Amino acid sequence: MSEKVKYIEVHRDDEAAKLGMWLFIFTELLLFGGLFLVYSVFRAKYPANFHEGSLELSVTIGAINTIALLFSSMTIAMALTAMQKNNKKLAMQLIAITLLMATVFLFNKYIEWSAKFEHGLYPGSPLMPHLDRGHLLYFSLYFFMTGLHALHIIVGMVLLSICFFRVRNGGIHSKKYVQLENGALYWHLVDLIWIFLFPLLYLIT
Amino acid sequence: MANNTTHTTEYKVLARVLLVLMFFTFLTISVTAYHLAAFSVTVALLIASVKGFFVLTYFMHLKYESTLLRILVAMIFVLYAVIILITFIDYAFR
Repeated sequence: MSEKVKYIEVHRDDEAAKLGMWLFIFTELLLFGGLFLVYSVFRAKYPANFHEGSLELSVTIGAINTIALLFSSMTIAMALTAMQKNNKKLAMQLIAITLLMATVFLFNKYIEWSAKFEHGLYPGSPLMPHLDRGHLLYFSLYFFMTGLHALHIIVGMVLLSICFFRVRNGGIHSKKYVQLENGALYWHLVDLIWIFLFPLLYLIT
Repeated sequence: MANNTTHTTEYKVLARVLLVLMFFTFLTISVTAYHLAAFSVTVALLIASVKGFFVLTYFMHLKYESTLLRILVAMIFVLYAVIILITFIDYAFR
């Protein structure tokens, strides 16, 4: 009897929740798409400057960050699998590993940006207007694109932290996990964008 | 009721996808050693697209989603390709 009442009370549509998340992801893709478009046009116009600019970046740090994000993307996908299999403890551990990888990524970004700042390269610095036009565009795009991406990392960390606590207190469980699924989708989006950012900003020849 | 059809991706599959992604990351870094000049962008974007395909298909579960959603995702990329094409046509004949 009580089972039945419970079932009637709870209105859920996981498919719609996921579709909504995907629609949001589309807007995010087009947001970064616009930046990639600006990047492509100016790279075509100033290929030499963009190449020189990319030499200022550390491929090693970029590669470590790529691996950290790819790995975290796998662990969050595994967290969803664990939740579907009703393995609460493993799901929490996997979300924690994902958050740890995100922290590693942000720490590397901090090191990278600090090195640039020390050389007087930051948006609005006195040095920036004296650079060649191509260099100026490269570094402006570099800071804007990686900055916007890092902001997405932080938002993703907040979303996944919420998921972590919701898993812990039972708000997300093996029969109701769409929130974790959507959080994971957001995290994969962040990974997806980085997959394109890395070769375009770090590996220009 | 809709969530009854939800597919669970096995840990093993996800781990294999990670290995594939790592391989392509290694590949995209190592090809920069060969100066492919004009082709370097094409190769980099091609490898990134393959990686993106794996993330979308397996990590984002598109392989097991409805046809509607898969078409929608495909259309976004088609739309973006059209935007790039139009921009570069404009840029080339200016």
